[in-house]
This record gives sequence, structure tokens and C-alpha cells, in this order.
Amino acid sequence: MLQTPAVEFQQVKKQYGELEALKGISFSVEEGSFFGLLGPNGAGKSTLISSMSGLLVPSSGHIKIKGFDVIDDYRQTRRLLGLVPQELISDPFFSIRELLQLQSGYFGLRGAKQSAWIGELLERLALSDKSDADTSQLSGGMKRRVLIAMALVHKPQVLVLDEPTAGVDVELRRTLWEFTKELHQQGHTIILTTHYLEEAEALCEKVAIMQDGEVKALDSTHALLSKHSYRYLRVTLSQPAQQLIPPLEQRLVEREHNRLVFKLEKTASMTELLAWLHENQLQVTDVSSRDASLEEVFLDLTSGERV
Amino acid sequence: MINYAGCWALFIKEIRRFYSVVVQTVFAPVVATLLYLLVFGQVLNTQVEVYSGANYSQFLIPGLVMMAILQNAFANTSSSLIQSKMHGNLTFVLLSPISPLELYIAFVGASIVRGIAVGFAILVVGIIWFDLSWQSPLWIMLFAVLSAAMMGGLGMLAGIISDKYDHLAAFQNFVIMPLTFLSGVFYSIHALPGVWQEISQFNPFFYMVDGFRYGFFGQSDVSVYLSLSVTLFFLMIVSAINLILLHKGVKIRE
Repeated sequence: MLQTPAVEFQQVKKQYGELEALKGISFSVEEGSFFGLLGPNGAGKSTLISSMSGLLVPSSGHIKIKGFDVIDDYRQTRRLLGLVPQELISDPFFSIRELLQLQSGYFGLRGAKQSAWIGELLERLALSDKSDADTSQLSGGMKRRVLIAMALVHKPQVLVLDEPTAGVDVELRRTLWEFTKELHQQGHTIILTTHYLEEAEALCEKVAIMQDGEVKALDSTHALLSKHSYRYLRVTLSQPAQQLIPPLEQRLVEREHNRLVFKLEKTASMTELLAWLHENQLQVTDVSSRDASLEEVFLDLTSGERV
Repeated sequence: MINYAGCWALFIKEIRRFYSVVVQTVFAPVVATLLYLLVFGQVLNTQVEVYSGANYSQFLIPGLVMMAILQNAFANTSSSLIQSKMHGNLTFVLLSPISPLELYIAFVGASIVRGIAVGFAILVVGIIWFDLSWQSPLWIMLFAVLSAAMMGGLGMLAGIISDKYDHLAAFQNFVIMPLTFLSGVFYSIHALPGVWQEISQFNPFFYMVDGFRYGFFGQSDVSVYLSLSVTLFFLMIVSAINLILLHKGVKIRE
């Protein structure tokens, strides 16, 4: 029997006047997966996430969380989903602990067990000593942690993180990812948008790349990387090159002193490159080759080139 | 299935919100309203008798109480909603399994509590210092609750529509304030020239003040049943518009 996807998008469209923010998005996220949603600013990632969590009403199409429709069965879907929004949120009237208690109340959760869970969240996110402070007294990083605690207060099965590490220092970023990985290991489905592509590459099993309201690529991170039709060759020369012949100049993507990086089609022969280097009368001291990073795949896709 | 616990939690949160700034939300409007009573009551107490057997201060107090209820019920929902939109914390409510109706009931319920808390404080002063008596506590309570609910709903509507504090201030100063001041708080409409009497009857706040006053004096400018019908009618209209907007997510889920 087929497992119900954690999230399923069916022809989701969102129109703002003339602007088509989402152009019929259809894909699904498997239960228990760590899924990356990538794309440049304005690609439609946040619109899609907001539609999924009920913060936006799509113009047409359906979104299902574990088989429940986000419009018709919103009570179930909101219990299943936790969202860490991109924008920092504050509430000057309540302390952090009170905010977590109130949020629990909206889900009908209270009592000793819930208080213990709130305490655990505060502890785990290093907010215990600030639990009586209100959000206006917190730094940006701490506010971000409060948002994560708020999203987890009802123990959702699907956790959506919209740019959670934006503006967060390195130490906190690492702590957040450790925590997120732990949640994933506990069986939570994680959907992540981030601008730090190395993070997506390290964490996500599957990735969708969006641009202009469309999904440009959707595959496992490994497949996306291996399907990329280029590889990168780093060539170290005995001395900096003055002028490159046209076939080398066309393929040059990076130049740093006597180190040059060339982007080559995977089908291209290495001897061909070596021949060009020889023709250019360049003294090569070292050559190393690597596959594309997710960032390079992403840049290629979003600048119109195909994987 | 109704999320009673969620609705209750939001209602309590809204009460705690205004209670956390109780000087601003309750004491300040009580003092401001009592200043009206002090000034107008002292000046006109012996010169004007609107209803037989009641001096002007006694006539004025129910009107001022109702004005305070109306303005504070409106202020509670409208300010809470616009602040939640501005600070972004409305997102927390929108992400929860609370329905538009539950959200509406919680917000309006809290506005009734604030409106009546302010009104009650003024009333206590009126009873102690001005020997105000009452004929029918049932009519008093009925008009207090229904009028506060209607104004809480109107505040909600203003909060939904407004994108910034400026919009809300315009609504408050150019709609709510004139309508409350011209609703017969300070006078009986029978004291007005003919055309103004006619115009006053198109002001829904007039019926709320008049019906509320009936509970104290057993007499009013128009039938108490007409006042009740108008109040209920406006409450239903305002509630229906709010629920449609909340259901569609207009300016809330956009």
C-alpha cells in the first residue's frame, strides 16, 4: 500500500492581480523526509509555504497534509504542521513562557504534561533564562529560537522552516541544525527553505528548486548533483596566465592568482583541456576535478541553463 | 467540532492583553468620562431636567456609561487586531486550529469585558455620588452586552480593514467619535430641532444609548423594543460582515 505523502501540492496557483506568484505547483513530500525548497528571492517559496500553513489562501488547486486538505480540514492540518516563519515576530504583552502557554491553549493543550514540554523546549533552545522576558528584550537569534519553540509547541509531525538561519550567528546556526536533525531522526518531516545552499546540500535528502512561481527541478539531492552536466577542474599554474585562448576563456569560471577553475561538460575529454592548456603554453603544476555543488546546480538552473 | 479550549484561550489572552495595560485601557477612560460628568453635570445639573424626577447628572450618567462601553469595546478589538498585524503575532493565531467564528467570539467577548469594566466603574461612581437608581437591571445588562458586542465587532472590522494605525485613527475620529457624541448621550433627541431629530434616528448608537437609559428611568425617546431590534440588527450585520471577511481571509490571510 502506498504511504500518504506528508505534504502534497496539486496544481497550486496564487494570483496577485496580474502577478502569478505560483503557476500550478504539483509535487509531494514524503513522510519522514528532510526536504529542501530552494530558489532566488521572489521565486514563490514563501508563498507556497504560507499557502501550506493556512496563512494564505491559494487562488486554486489543493494542498494536503497527510491526506487532509488545508482549506477543508484546516483543524487537522494545523495540528499536523508547525511553521517557523521567515519574519521575526514580537508580542510586547507577554513573556516567552506565557506565549508558549497561550499557543498551547489555542491547540487545546494544557496541564502538567504540556508545561513539562514547554520547559523542555525552553531548555533545548537555550531560552530557559529568558523565559520571563518579553520578545522585545531579545536579540534576533533568540527571537528566531522563540519562533521555533512556538512552531513545536503542539508537537507537529511536519515542521516547515522558512529561512530559519537568516541573520543568525554561526554558533546558533549550528545549534539549530543539530536540533533540526534530531527532530528529523525522531520521525518529523522537515521542509526547509534556506539561502545557505551548503546547508541544504548537507541536510536535505530531496530538493525542489523554484523560480518565477514554478518548480524548475525536483529530485534527490544526490541525483540533482550527479545529473548536472558539468564538472569543475581546478588548474594550478607555475605562474599566473596573461591571456587565455578562446576555448579556455569561454570555460573559465574563476581566476585567483595562478589558480584557474574551468567548467567542463562531463562528456568533454580531459585530454582536450590539457591540449588547450598546452596550446596556450601554460605550465601546469596541478589539476584537480570535482562535481558541481548544489549552489552551482542552483545557479545554473535559475539563470536559465539546464541541468 | 468546535475548538472550545482554543477559543477560551484566545479570549483569556485578549483579556490579559488589556489588563496588562489596565491604566491605559480602563482607568484612563474612566477618569476621562468622569471629567465629562464633573463639568457638564455641575454646570447643567440645576438648569436642565430631561426626565421628570431625575436631575441632569442622573440623566447624563447612563449616557456616559454607554458611551464609555461603546468606545472601549471598539478600541479593544481594533487596537488588538492592528497591533497583532503590525507586530506579526497574529500569525500565531492564524496557524492554530481556531475557526473564524471562534476567533470572532474570543475577540468580541474580550471587548465586552473591557467595555463593561469601564462602564461599571463609571456607574459605581454615579450610584454612590449622584444617587442614581435603576428600574430594570435586565434591560441595562442586555443593552450593555449587545452594544459592546456590536462595537467590538465594528472594532474588529476596522482592525481587519486598516493597514496602519493611521487608518484606524481616521475610523475612530471621523466615524465612532461623532456618532457616539451625537447619539443622545448629553441630551434627549426631543430637545433637538425637527430635522436633527430625524437625522439622529439614523444613528444606530442613539438606540443603544436610549435603550440603556430605559433600564434606569423606565422612559426613553423611542420604544425600547425598537432600540433592541436596531441594536440586534446592527450586531448581526457587523458579525456577518466580519465572519465573511475572516472566512475569506481578507487582509488577514493575504
